[in-house]
Amino acid sequence: MHGFDEALAAAWRLIVTGDTALVEIATLSLKVSLTAVVCAALIGLPLGAALALARFPGRNALVVTINALMGLPPVVAGLLVYLLLSRAGPLGPYGLLFTPTAMIIAQTVLVTPIIAALTRQVVADLWQEYREQLTSLGASRLRAVPTLLWDARFSLVTAVLAGLGRAMAEVGAILVVGGNIAGVTRTMTTAIALETSKGDLPLALGLGIVLLVIVLAINAAAHLLGTTARRAAG
Amino acid sequence: MKLFETTRRAVMAIAVGAAFLGPAGAAGAQTAEKPFITVASTTSTEQSGLFKHLLPQFTEKTGIEVRVVAVGTGQALKIGERGDADVVFVHAKSAEEEFVAKGFGVERLEVMYNDFILVGPKSDPAGVRGTGDVVKAFQAIAEKKSPFVSRGDDSGTHKAELALWKLAAIDPKAGGSWYRETGSGMGPALNTAAGMDAYILADRGTWLSFKNRGDLAILVEGDDRLFNQYGIILVNPARHPHVKEKEARAFIDWVLSPEGQAAIASYKIEGEQLFFPNARKKGA
Repeated sequence: MHGFDEALAAAWRLIVTGDTALVEIATLSLKVSLTAVVCAALIGLPLGAALALARFPGRNALVVTINALMGLPPVVAGLLVYLLLSRAGPLGPYGLLFTPTAMIIAQTVLVTPIIAALTRQVVADLWQEYREQLTSLGASRLRAVPTLLWDARFSLVTAVLAGLGRAMAEVGAILVVGGNIAGVTRTMTTAIALETSKGDLPLALGLGIVLLVIVLAINAAAHLLGTTARRAAG
Repeated sequence: MKLFETTRRAVMAIAVGAAFLGPAGAAGAQTAEKPFITVASTTSTEQSGLFKHLLPQFTEKTGIEVRVVAVGTGQALKIGERGDADVVFVHAKSAEEEFVAKGFGVERLEVMYNDFILVGPKSDPAGVRGTGDVVKAFQAIAEKKSPFVSRGDDSGTHKAELALWKLAAIDPKAGGSWYRETGSGMGPALNTAAGMDAYILADRGTWLSFKNRGDLAILVEGDDRLFNQYGIILVNPARHPHVKEKEARAFIDWVLSPEGQAAIASYKIEGEQLFFPNARKKGA
């Protein structure tokens, strides 16, 4: 189809010339999304595991809610964070709107339910399998959380990668809270949206190809680490 | 023993996480050092490339960085209203005057103008080419029910388009499916119009820098009613004390100064000037 060759040429040009603006926005994309995923994992992993094991009233409702929040539209997450961080909002005095920090907060909101929901499923399955062993060892349900998380670590990598995929790909939330400011809050996805707006479709698609390559590299690295670690663990 | 081992591993995992967080935090601190202001402006000024041409000159002279959030005029005014920007730089006179009247802004100052153009398919099914009368052209499009793409996003261009339909005494939304509101910025709306060979009202700046024109061309231009004035407003520091009044005033003063006005006039795409400075001299 017309345009694809131009897009590939644009992507190639961007990569081989080491375009400084590209390096800047790619670095920002990685910083924002990786930080958001780390934050979301720190919340989502223990939360998911606790939800798998704990028994309390309203637990099912909470599980359904978190599952549903996996489908939270990014632009809605963005709006919520926008209203929180806006000068006229409750966290206004901190002046965080239109900064990378605001983008990290918005993406953490988006990614946490994904990691929590997937973790809950993985840990619940594992718990069913090892319940007797763990209880016979005298571990209480909550004290089994770290053990189960550790035993499920290879499956949980996939949960975290799913979260990273969401973070790297979304544009709706960071566009609203970041403002797509050149050199400050412009990331790969917001730059792609901008170039599409300018009608420069080859450059937009070229940037998209670069983004895909970055995401592919991260996933390959995770896969490689996982295989090596699994082999080492026997 | 097992529990101890697990705890040790958890601590290590958190340490690795913190290593990721560290650089991001440091980067945040770096950008905070330089003085900067936030300007809420329109997609036309950003996407036409004007700011890329203009802002480095101001930053070099004053050391003040200008961060532009480019959205539709309606949203830009809203950002100013909530105090999320220091300066608003938009193009919808009556909405701007209302913004100042309500006390959200200090004063509206005129900066520059360009014009709107009626763009449409080269085949021109409504036969509006060369009429030079945009209202008659709108009437012809409605009569022929030729596809027309509207911004539909409360932007300056959208407001201007609605005003023209009013002058033409036509309610386009009543007429059926030929009138299509996209609810998007100038560029995406042009992409849509190019995709379905529709008529569209565009600002000249975005059109000149727009690359995906397809079969579209300028059909009507030069009508006085297509005049497009840009204004600049300082967000009211009395209402929002965190507004960086000194830096923001420096920016406004520079844009209105002979130097800033000359910088605006010197921005050209393929030899064509995009914006025409028309700030009034102070005290005039």
